[in-house]
Amino acid sequence: MVTVNGKELDVSGKTVSELLEMENYSPVQVAVELNYEILPKAKYVQTILKDCDIVEIVRFVGGG
Amino acid sequence: MIPTKEEMYRALAERHGEELQKKFAKASVAICGLGGLGSNIAVHLARAGVGSLHLMDFDTVDISNLNRQQYFPAQLGQFKTTALADTLRQIAPYCDIRTDCIKLTEENIPTLLCSEEIVCEAFDRADQKAMLVNCVLEKLHEKYLVAASGMAGLGSANEIKTRMITSRFYLCGDGKSDVNDGLGLVSSRVAICAAHQANTVLRIIAGQFDC
Repeated sequence: MVTVNGKELDVSGKTVSELLEMENYSPVQVAVELNYEILPKAKYVQTILKDCDIVEIVRFVGGG
Repeated sequence: MIPTKEEMYRALAERHGEELQKKFAKASVAICGLGGLGSNIAVHLARAGVGSLHLMDFDTVDISNLNRQQYFPAQLGQFKTTALADTLRQIAPYCDIRTDCIKLTEENIPTLLCSEEIVCEAFDRADQKAMLVNCVLEKLHEKYLVAASGMAGLGSANEIKTRMITSRFYLCGDGKSDVNDGLGLVSSRVAICAAHQANTVLRIIAGQFDC
């Protein structure tokens, strides 16, 4: 299981890109931290999630 | 008659305490985007006596900005960098204000933001917010970053919060109220979010890193 924004999800083996798509996040409107480190956008496609990973997806919405 | 630099400093130190005021006066803060968030953040930080502000925006003052941004009708058409710097000089005549009338990109961010220890993300578009945040977190590891997401509409002010995402990255807002969902931007709610950001900046300067 992977912890995503505090919730346990069964997404081990999936890439970060696949996780974002599953959870309806637009990749250009988020910042992703993997195990408390920023994950560069270029690595979303190749980074495969594994058990016990902790993911924080910060979503930005418009307005300012 | 405008008070002297020493008189202004003493008045602030009497209210905030000498130790805190010294820290504020030495601090330098970058503000990226000078709309409803950035213009309000800048006013708060100037009033607190922050020593140096770096203002960045490429846009001009438009009539549609006047419902929530710190500009005057007489400033319509002026670059926001120029208009806001003029206003801040009236509020805090001895604040060191640097302006860059420029659109921030992944390419120029590392150079433009090299001097300040604290960076405020104050853009309006979600993709631009994400671009700046990713760029600062990836390339400028030593900075403190204070960003905002979700302040549109007229929802409860109590939904707007500050969250510490990592030890150097703070996020203010309700996280969901999107201007693209047809919610307008109302001065009071945008200002609350901007005040959260300004307060977080001052707390970082003061060495108070919790939320």
